[in-house]
Order: sequence, then C-alpha cells, then structure tokens
Amino acid sequence: MIPLPAPKQDVLQRRAAIVAGLRDLLPESGLISEPNRLKPYETDGLSAYRMPPMAVALPETTEQVAAVLRFCSRNGVRVVPRGAGTSLSGGALPMEDSVVVGLMRMNRILDIDYADRCATVQAGVTNIGVTNAVSANGFFYAPDPSSQLACMIGGNVNMNSGGAHCLKYGVTANNLLGLKIVTIDGDILDIGGHHLDAAGYDWLGLLTGSEGMLAVVTEVTVRILRAPEGARAMLAAFASNEVAGACVDSIISSGIIPVALEFMDRPAIHACEAFAHAGYPLDAEAMLIIEVEGSTAEQDDLLGRLSAICNRHDPISLKVSQSAEESLAIWKGRKGAFGAIGRISPDYLCMDGTIPTSQLPLVLRRIGEMSAGYGLGVANIFHAGDGNLHPLIMFDANDPASFHKAETFGADILRLCVEVGGCLTGEHGVGVEKRDLMPVQFAPHELAQQRRIKSAFDPDWLLNPSKVFPLVGPAAGPVLSMAAE
Amino acid sequence: METHPVPTPAEAEIAERIGSAARERTPLSIQGNATKAGMLRPVQAARTISTAGYSGISLYAPKELIISAHAGTPLPEIEAALAEQGQHLIAEPADLSAILGASDKPQTIGGVVAANLSGPRRVASGATRDHVMGVRVVTGAGELIHSGGRVLKNVTGLDLCKLLTGSHGTLGVITEVTLKVLPAPEASATLILPKLPPDAAIRALSLALGSPFGVSGAAWVPSLPGSGVPAALLRIEDFTASVSYRIERLRGLLDVAAAEIVADDASRALWRAVRDATLLPVGADDAVWRVSVRPSAGAEVLRAMEDACGARGFLDWGGGLVWLAAPASTQAHAAVEAAARRSGGVWTLMRAPVALRGAVDVVPPEVPALARITARVKAAMDPAGILNPGRIFAGV
Repeated sequence: MIPLPAPKQDVLQRRAAIVAGLRDLLPESGLISEPNRLKPYETDGLSAYRMPPMAVALPETTEQVAAVLRFCSRNGVRVVPRGAGTSLSGGALPMEDSVVVGLMRMNRILDIDYADRCATVQAGVTNIGVTNAVSANGFFYAPDPSSQLACMIGGNVNMNSGGAHCLKYGVTANNLLGLKIVTIDGDILDIGGHHLDAAGYDWLGLLTGSEGMLAVVTEVTVRILRAPEGARAMLAAFASNEVAGACVDSIISSGIIPVALEFMDRPAIHACEAFAHAGYPLDAEAMLIIEVEGSTAEQDDLLGRLSAICNRHDPISLKVSQSAEESLAIWKGRKGAFGAIGRISPDYLCMDGTIPTSQLPLVLRRIGEMSAGYGLGVANIFHAGDGNLHPLIMFDANDPASFHKAETFGADILRLCVEVGGCLTGEHGVGVEKRDLMPVQFAPHELAQQRRIKSAFDPDWLLNPSKVFPLVGPAAGPVLSMAAE
Repeated sequence: METHPVPTPAEAEIAERIGSAARERTPLSIQGNATKAGMLRPVQAARTISTAGYSGISLYAPKELIISAHAGTPLPEIEAALAEQGQHLIAEPADLSAILGASDKPQTIGGVVAANLSGPRRVASGATRDHVMGVRVVTGAGELIHSGGRVLKNVTGLDLCKLLTGSHGTLGVITEVTLKVLPAPEASATLILPKLPPDAAIRALSLALGSPFGVSGAAWVPSLPGSGVPAALLRIEDFTASVSYRIERLRGLLDVAAAEIVADDASRALWRAVRDATLLPVGADDAVWRVSVRPSAGAEVLRAMEDACGARGFLDWGGGLVWLAAPASTQAHAAVEAAARRSGGVWTLMRAPVALRGAVDVVPPEVPALARITARVKAAMDPAGILNPGRIFAGV
C-alpha cells in the first residue's frame, strides 16, 4: 500500500470549528460532515485506497469555491478537488484532515457559440454532457475518455484526459480555450478566453494536467468540432504481436492517420469476446480496430487502402464494416473491456504507460514473462497510434498478497515503459498510484523544479498534496517540510 | 538505460555559463539566430547565450511521428528532413523575415518553440505548443531538466513543455525539443471567395470551419495577389480524391457563384504568403501587431484599427488572428489595446522601434493576482532573474 502523509493534528482537533465555518459559506445542504454521508467520497476509481475526509463542500458558484478556499487557506486546511471521482490513479483520494471540494453541483452549460465553435461549461458538467448539448447541431467535444458518461470536465482538465480518438483530435489540452480558476488564496482568475493563442505565458497549458495541485477549475471553455460525415471501423487479426506491430508501422508510414487505432492482445480478445460476443477472432494473438472518418466514398477509399496494407501482413482475418451497425459491433468488445476483465477476475488494476510504438513487441513479451513470474493474468489494450498502453492486471483484492503482487507487477511494467523510452502515464495521471515511481522518470533536481512550480501557486501545499510527488526520499524533502518553508 | 538527463558537452557549457551568470547576477540575452529579436520588449543584457551552435537532428522516428532536434537546428533543415519522409510540422510555423527583417541566418527550432509561432493550420490542428512532446532546458539556476519525452501521450508530472513553449527564453534556455509530426497531405487546394468584405468573409469562413469538411486554413486578405481584390480563402489538405470532393462540397455549402479554385503549388504559395504575413504591406516606420480574438470579432478589430489610425491588416484562423500594420506610435498601440480588449482578445507587439517596445505593454498585462504567480514562477525557474529579463513583462 502507498502511504499517505500524517494528518495535521491541529486541524483534526479544530474539526468542529472548521466544519461550522465552512457551513456558513455554503448553501443549505452544501456541506457534508456526517460519517455515513462522507462514505461515497472516501475513494475514487482507485478503489483499493480509501480515506474519509473531514468534510465535503459542495459549492454551487465560483464565488462559493473562492470563499471555501480562502477559508481553508487561512485555517491551514488541505483541499482535495473532486469531480465525479472517476480517477484511476487516486487523484481525488481524500486525506483524513482534508476538505473535499466537490464540483458536481456546478453542472450548468453556460454558453454555446457555434459561430466561434466553443462552449463554456461549469466544471461539474460531464464529458458526454458537453457533446450531448451540441450534438443536435452536428457538433461534438472531441476528447472521449472511457469514463465519459460519468467523468466531469473539471476532472478532465486536471488530468488532461485522452481517449480512443486522440490520435486525430488530441487530448484535453489541445481542445481548450479558457478556464476560470480559483487559487488557494481565493482569487478568481480567467485564463485564456475564446481566442486561440495566449499572449504571455501559457498558464492554460500548465494548469491542464496539473492534477488539482495548482488551482481549482470552476469553468471551462472548450472547442467544439463539427462531427464528420460518417465513420466506419475495420478489424484485422494477426498471428503475433510482432506482425500486428509491423502493420501499425505500415499504416502510419502510408500517410493515413486513422481516427482510432486500437490494439488488443490475445487475453484481451478472449475476455472481450466472452463478455460482448462481438465476433472477435479467438485464434488470433493480436487484433487491431481501425476507424476512419469522412463521406461514404472517403471511408471506402481509406478502408480499401488500409485493407491492402493489412493484407501485406498476412492477417488471420480481416473484417471491414459495411455499416454503422457493424462498426458498433466491432467497437462493442473493446468498449466493454473493463467490464469483460471484471467478469473473469474479481479485481483488476488498469495501468497506463506510454511507449515508443516500435517497442511494443518487446514490451508485450516482457509483460508476458512478468505475468508468468507473478502468477497474475494480464490483458493488454493499446492505443497503438500514440503508444499509450493499458495493461489490465488481474488479482483478488480480498487477498492482500495478491494485491501487493499486482501493485509490484504494475510498477515493474511502468519502469519498463520508462526504460524503453516512454513514460509512467499517458492519460490517467500520476495521482497517488504512481507517485512513488516519479523518481524513475525524473531526477531529484527535476522533481525539485516541478515542486517549486507547485509552490509558486500554492506556497503552503494545501491543494491536493500527497499526490504526484513522492512524500519522502532522495527525490526531495517531504511535503510537510515543504509546507513549513 | 539512463532515463535521467545527462548534459551533452554543449548543454554542460550552457549550464556552466548560466550558473556563473546566476552567481554574478549578470543578465543574459537568450537567443538562437536572433531572427525574432525585434518582437516584444528589448532585453538589456551584459552577455548573450546563443544556442545557434548547438545544431542537429538527434532523433527522427517517422513511424512514431516524432522528431527531436537540438535548439540551434535551422528550421529549414528540419523541414527538409521531414519532407524526405513525406512528413511535415503540423503547426506550419511562419518565417517572419518580411516583418522582422531579413537575416542571413535562418530561424532555429528553439526559437520557433520559444516563441510558440503557429501558422494557418493552427485553426484546425493546434499550435506549436500542442505538438511539443518534450523539451530539455537549462534553468536560470544552471540546471539541465527535461519535461515530457519522446512519446505522443504523456501526463507524467507538471507539463513544463507548455510553460516553456512561448516563454521567449525567460524561464529557461531550451536546448532540445521533441515534436510530434504528421504525414504531409497528398494534395492541397484553396477555394477563393473573391470580393468579400471582412465581416461577410468571416461568416463564410465560420460556416466552412463548422462544416464536416476538414478545413485546414481560413483567411481573409484585402488584396489577392494577381487580381488585387479582397477575398476569403479556404484550404483543404488531404488525399487527392478527398480534396476534390471536399472543395466541391464547400463550394456548394457557401453558394458563392464567383468562387475560384487553385490547387497544389499555387495553393501552397498562397498559404505561405498568409503564414509569413508577406501580404501585409509594412512601411519602414510601421509597427506590426498580432491580435488573437474570438473569430467573429476579427472584422470589428480590423475596422476599429482602420478608423483609429488607418491600419492595414488581414485575417487568419477564421477571423481569430488579426495581423495589423500602422505607423508606430503609442496612440496606434493604445488603439490596438482598446480594440483587443473590447473583443475579449489579446495582442502581441510583433515589431516596433525599440523605444515603443520598451514603453508599452507588448502583451496584455496580467491582473495582480496572476502577476504575483507569474513572479513566483519566474523566480522558481530563474531565481537570479537573469534570463531575458523584461522580454515579455517589465520586471519579469
């Protein structure tokens, strides 16, 4: 288990006064402090870790967020911002002495501007909620993390969320125009706006992916895009990971950038097929789902070119969808992957490294060896175009030894990702989960530099501390000593 | 395998020179080939650190859409290497020698990233900052750090790539950059809608940008090369069959009878002119500004500047980027500030005499609460305050 910092005893002792003070700042029912009602907030998508906070504040306006942060800042109270709590890395995991600031009541769409192709929404609007608000006019919001039905834009900004279609459309950072943020001092700041380029420093870029450590995001202006005329998928299955990897190389070299290029290994194919009955080839070692967009003729042209490329790599099978329904069937298994693994294993850890795509065969071979060594199953799903690898490690949370092995196995995979030239996390964030692996990717002085940027926004380290940076060790001094500076 | 950055000899030398300047609190001018020295505020520095000599492509993996180069690598060298593999830089950075004066040396990739320069494709495919996947940087304390890496998707730690991109050498000296690249399109064509005034042009550009046809350039020029008429320009880049199809669909959507189409080399030349702002008539005593606004406000900024001081200009990014030229004066600059503010946009002073650049806000000043953060971030990256002091904001 990854340790959390010791709570501030003086804050715990002042709990009643802090709760009362916060209650005064929020509307009726805007503050939760009863232990049984705190339970839903004690964990997020990394459910092996649980810690009820001192209280949960549910502000309805940016001004209320500012009042809460100003109060917490003056009282030395730690703050954990939270959207829907879907973080897979423990980004919204509370601490015992923290106040969770939940943005879910700030769920209004404030403005939609088709002429300028942007929408301004509050942080608690769900990812799919943005697309739903503009889809009748043929528009959509591009980043589509798997949790898009639940996850909220504020969380997407803080984790710089990606999705299956970011090969073409980019991640959250590439689809933002402006933010309204609240600093730990309670200052409300507008960053960016409705224009494309910042003059001066790119605060929008720095804040995106900052995992709630620099400020609380309350409003977001996103770019909205006109949906393509249509989209269609194809499926290609291969006899080995190497051949499928070579096929990915050939596709990219051909000049075609598919809107999605997903890779599944044999265990993932089998798990998804058993769950979704999508017609996946069970004799294959690896499978690609490739999606293209455009008019029907353009789809035909691209799928024809892609089929020709796949055929040069001796596919076991090749299926080009002829309709939207057939495309949905191809995606059905992949989209149900988490549920599928959940059905064959009591628990799983979803890892999230990125590797240079050329390293895929080596990395999958090494993961296979580790899987045998640890005696734990693993299924690999891979955003092949951009190198983002999601190994799903299967374990039993009721068995502490199994959980420990799964965490160690996951850490070994991430170390391997860095070793071959990649990184610890492509889209899930560091959070608590990968915090102690940061020294694998960054030297001590580099972590110290990032910490100084954190301190520039939050000198007392009250905003989501204990995330991203190791608490102790050679990388830097402990958070608590940073806070004392 | 060593994953933490080990300074190359050139980086070690830069780090050593910055470290000693920091100890002496000696201000440094940070540059590549100094082609953009005429932008923003003038820097007064005792010494210069140039990355121009630190040149060369250090990694190019076309199948992984990744290129890395030392900061001093001339941009044309990178463009040529990419072209050999049928790829290109996504944000098509401008060559601003028409605005900033011809230099005998080309701009460097470090300079392009430090200035976050993006061309017409910005409207569809993102800015230079969107494609910086990794940087190596010497901080003002003389330490070499890296952020990001050589992969396309990376959220590990704070994104210092974005903080450094566009920071004009004030937070660190970029020594190496890693960029995402893409296959260059097979074909390119431009739909020209002649004789449209700016506001009607923006409406047409907006309709096209809101279509499913993948417009990758949307501009308005006051005087089309050749015919001399004002015109809206829409670019499609893709496979040949797609370009023909999409241009026809756009023509139908916009229903402009007199629309013309130019293809391939002629189209590319037109967009190079938009990219490099060579269409902007700039007199010897003129200042030049870029104003970034919501696209629908572009025409209003243009009109306000014409009324205020007879400024000339053109529009890119569907109206969201206004290029302006007018005789350099504090009054003209004040008019730009007022026009940008009215439209909720931002300005950048791209060229002016040193006196004007030193006297005005070359970019919008930050509100006090943000300026405090800026000062602390500057101090965190450059504790002695020696890197390009005052280049963006006085005192930063």
